[in-house]
Amino acid sequence: MTVAQTEKAKTKLKIEGRPGQTSPWLASPTVIFLFAVIGIPLAITVIYSLLDRAKIGMGVVWTFNPKAYKDLFVIENLDGTTGLDTRYLKVMWNSFKYSGITTIVTIVLSIPIAMWIATRAESKRNILVAAVTLPFWISILIRTYGLRQIIDDNGPIGWIMHKVGDANYHIIYTPIATVIGLIYVFLPFMILPIYASAERFDFRYAEAAYDLGAKRWTVFRRIVIPAIRPGIYAGIALVFIPALGSFLQSDMLGGGKTNMIANVIALNFGQARNWPFGCALSVFLILITLLFVWIIRKLGARTGTEVKLI
Amino acid sequence: MSSTIAIAPKRRRLVNLRNFRGFRFISWSVLAFLYLPLLHVVIYSFNSSRIATIWESFSTRWYVKTLHNTDIQRALKNSLQVAFVATIFSTLFAVLAALGLVRMKRAGKTISWALIGAPLIIAEIVLAVGTLAFFIAAGIPLGKPGMMIAHTAFCIPFALLPINARLSQLEAAPFEAAADLGANEAQILRRITIPLLAPAIVAGALLAFAISIDDFITSFFIAGPGSTTLPVYIFGMIRSTVTPEVDAISTLLLLFSGIVLISSYVLNRRRR
Repeated sequence: MTVAQTEKAKTKLKIEGRPGQTSPWLASPTVIFLFAVIGIPLAITVIYSLLDRAKIGMGVVWTFNPKAYKDLFVIENLDGTTGLDTRYLKVMWNSFKYSGITTIVTIVLSIPIAMWIATRAESKRNILVAAVTLPFWISILIRTYGLRQIIDDNGPIGWIMHKVGDANYHIIYTPIATVIGLIYVFLPFMILPIYASAERFDFRYAEAAYDLGAKRWTVFRRIVIPAIRPGIYAGIALVFIPALGSFLQSDMLGGGKTNMIANVIALNFGQARNWPFGCALSVFLILITLLFVWIIRKLGARTGTEVKLI
Repeated sequence: MSSTIAIAPKRRRLVNLRNFRGFRFISWSVLAFLYLPLLHVVIYSFNSSRIATIWESFSTRWYVKTLHNTDIQRALKNSLQVAFVATIFSTLFAVLAALGLVRMKRAGKTISWALIGAPLIIAEIVLAVGTLAFFIAAGIPLGKPGMMIAHTAFCIPFALLPINARLSQLEAAPFEAAADLGANEAQILRRITIPLLAPAIVAGALLAFAISIDDFITSFFIAGPGSTTLPVYIFGMIRSTVTPEVDAISTLLLLFSGIVLISSYVLNRRRR
C-alpha cells in the first residue's frame, strides 16, 4: 500500500517536475499582458508603416501605400521627376557611424578598466564594480545633462578648450558631442560584461605564456583577449544596439538637429505628423536590431560561448 | 649551479602580469569621466547665479525654489503614482513569469523570453511610438493609466532579473522535505517558495521602481498634457532657459535613486 503510493507519487513528480516547481501556466498572465502591450504595438508599427498618412492631424488612413519606404530613399522633385534622396540615408549612416565609434571607443576603454578591476583584491573589487554599476541606475536624462554642463562653452571642458586652443572651437552641439554623450552613457554596459569574463580568467595561463617567452603584448593579444571575448561580444550588443536607437544624446548634445534615426522618428510623431514614415523608420530599426542580435549570437556560437543578452 | 643559469633562457625582469602598464591610469580616468558630470550637477545645484553654467557663490536658493515649485510637486506626484503602480504590477508579473518559466517547454519558453526581453533589446523610442499609436487606436486616453500600463511592461525584465537569479540558486531539499511531509503545490508555494524568494522580490521591485521613476522617452510620448512626469518636466526645463534649479532637482532625484539602490543592494547582501 505504502510502496504503491510512493511509486505513484514518484511518477507524479516526474510528470510535474521537482517539488515546488509550479505549473508553467502561472507565466500566462505575464505573457498575455506583454503580448498586448509589446506585441500589439510592434504589429501596429509594421501595419502603419504600410498605410497612408492622415491628410490632417496625426494618424493614418486605412489605405495600403508603401510610400513611406519609398520616401526613405526617393525624393520627388517639384518638376515631377524623382531622384535619390540622401537625407535619410545620411541619418542612417550617421547613426551607424556614431554607434560604431561609440562601440570601438568603449571596448578600448573597457578592456583596461575591466582587467584592472578583476585583478584587485576582493574588497576593493566589490566597491569598484558598484562604482561602475551605479551610473546604470541613474537617469540617462540627468547624466546627459551633467555631461552637457561639462562640455558646454561655459563649462570646465569648454573653458579649457577656449584657453588652450582655438576660441572658436566648440564641442557642444556638434556630432562629436553626440558621440561623447553616447560613450558616456553606454560605457558601463561595456565594462560590466567584459569584467564578468575577466574575473573568471585564470592568470596562470598568462604567466605560463610569459614563462614560455611571450612578450607582454603577445600575452595580452593571444591569451587575455581570447579569454574575454565572450564579454566583448555581449558588450558590443549591449552598447551598439541601444546607441543606434538613442534619442537624448543627439537631441541634447548634438544641437537638436535630426541627425540620428530616433530623432527622425520622434520628429515624425511630433511636429511632422507623418506616422507611416516614422513607423517605417521604426521597422528599419527593429530589423537592424534583430539582424545584429543574430550576428552576435552567431559570433558567440563560433567561439563556443552563448551570448546572453538577458 | 652556475651551469643551470647559463643554459636558462635570458631571464627577464620579474613582472607581475596582473598589472598591465597604464591600466590603472586609464581606469581612474574612466571613473572620473563617469562621475565628474554628476559631481558638477551636485556642486552647481548650490550656485546662486541665474545661469546654470556660471558659478557665482554658494546658495541654497534653488533648492528653496525647487521645493516650492508647484509644477515640480505635481510632476513628482505623477511620477510616484506611475512608479508605484508599475512596480507593484511588474513585480507581480515577474514573480508569476519566473515561477512559470522554469517548467515551460522550449517553444513557449522562447516566445515568453522574447516578449519579456523585448524592452531591453528594442529601442525604447520604437516601443514608445508604437504604444502611442496603439493607445490612440484602442481609445486608451493618454495620461497616467496608459503610462502605468507601459511602465509595467518595460519594468518586468528588471524586476525579473534578481527573482530569476535567486530561483535558479534555490536548493531542492526544502521543497522535497515539504513534499515528503505531505504539502501540496499551493502550500509549498506559499510557505516555502515565496518566503525564500522574498528578498529577491523586494530587490526586483526596487529596481523596477528605479527604472520607472527615471523613465523619460516612453513618458515623453504618452504622458499627454496634464500628467507630465518629473523627467519629462526636467527635459522641458533643459529645453528652455537653464537655471541651477535643474541641478537642484536633479541632485534630489540622484539622492532618491541612491537611497532606493542602496536599499536594494543591502537586501541582496543580506540573503547571502
